[in-house]
Amino acid sequence: MRRVATLYRSTVGKKILMALSGLLLFLFIIGHMLGNLKVFEGPDAFNAYAEGIRTFGYPFLPEYGFLWLARLVLLGAVGLHILAAVQLWQRSRGARARKYRKETNLSFSYASRTMRWGGVLIFLFVVYHILHMTTGQAHPDFVYGDVYANFIIGFQSPLVVGFYLVAQVALCLHLYHGIWSMTQSVGATHPKYDRMRRPVAGVFATGIFIGFIIPPMAVLLGLLS
Amino acid sequence: MRLTLHVWRQSDARDPGRFETYEANDISESMSFLDMLDLVNERLTEDGKEPIAFDHDCREGICGSCGMMINGVPHGPKTMTTACQLHMRSFSDGDEIWIEPWRAQAFPVIRDLVVSRDPFDRIIESGGYVSVRTGSAPDAHTIPVEKQAADEAMDAAVCIGCGACVAACPNASAMLFTAAKVAHLALMPQGAPERYDRVLSMVETHDEEGFGNCTNHGACEVACPKGISVDYIAQLNRDLFRATLSSRPANEAKE
Repeated sequence: MRRVATLYRSTVGKKILMALSGLLLFLFIIGHMLGNLKVFEGPDAFNAYAEGIRTFGYPFLPEYGFLWLARLVLLGAVGLHILAAVQLWQRSRGARARKYRKETNLSFSYASRTMRWGGVLIFLFVVYHILHMTTGQAHPDFVYGDVYANFIIGFQSPLVVGFYLVAQVALCLHLYHGIWSMTQSVGATHPKYDRMRRPVAGVFATGIFIGFIIPPMAVLLGLLS
Repeated sequence: MRLTLHVWRQSDARDPGRFETYEANDISESMSFLDMLDLVNERLTEDGKEPIAFDHDCREGICGSCGMMINGVPHGPKTMTTACQLHMRSFSDGDEIWIEPWRAQAFPVIRDLVVSRDPFDRIIESGGYVSVRTGSAPDAHTIPVEKQAADEAMDAAVCIGCGACVAACPNASAMLFTAAKVAHLALMPQGAPERYDRVLSMVETHDEEGFGNCTNHGACEVACPKGISVDYIAQLNRDLFRATLSSRPANEAKE
């Protein structure tokens, strides 16, 4: 019992929880990004893809069954990720009540120091993004089911695309530190590959950034309509 | 050379403390940082003032006693160097130097630049040992140890317990210290049987002492005067994860 309790209570255990929930969200993000690129195949293919998610596994699963299962799992992962982050942040804040008069930043990267505020920004973005593209309250002309049209109209405004861009920069930095950090937190390291971990994190973070900004930019530049 | 020092002065744990400014004249670049403080202290004593208290012992970079924040960097600007081995040639004439004690709730200030590092001792007491008597140093190769394991254990065992990792960490975490102490025993055949109990106990004590958690900034590795790698923290995390899943009997005596 002591062992399981230690895993839950200890800072290391919370980091492992953070890493595993982060891994799940990271995999979702890869899928989401690849799905978005389907917009270049035209309205029918894109709408069929969205419809495909809704009816995935039918008739073995009820319609929307897979979709809601995925949503619940993701919501759980987001919840655990934030819970662990808040608990760890509170602990660390208490661990150094008095700050240094003179501080010099010795961290490996800028990304590591922006994880907390970057995470808050990403969370706010996700809330807006759901209101924008899923439920439609933040969308000027939302038509349920016509995903392609919603997509095109949604990204007509440079202001909206600008906000998406800022959020993607935050996500890119978050992933750059997060992917490396994840391998560190679960101890998935090996002397032979350790030097590859940072470059690989950089490649994934940049790849996801580019993959996510291409479709909105294409709409804004008039390449998609 | 001539320097301006801003030094943290605090007479005891209850004193709120403050910075005091001293002009340090005629400083030779061949002096070590601690020699320079000795000279400043001599002059303070001559003026009838309290000298600046700081920890020191061997002055050759192996005991782990000395350590202070010098312009926001543990042990000062030179990497892989303790404060006693830092020389004044690393500074130039007219420099302003801010000198502060390690800042962490777990390391209360005893006086001026001296902090209590007792929590480190308690982390060691909770598991940083081998329970059975292993005798005196064995003859070479009587117990086979892989070359790589021996090298890695030595690289972890160079930790002098100075506390620079805690001081540098934005979260005031002692994970690098704990990880180095866990690793250098875990990698050796003598330490292997208690590997999982050790990591559980030492991490538990680390957390109880009020250190923060590791967020993988890597500042500890940069600050460490012995260059201990954060890879050992990954190893500690992996060991803890395995220990919680392992079915090997845990040492319940502690509870």
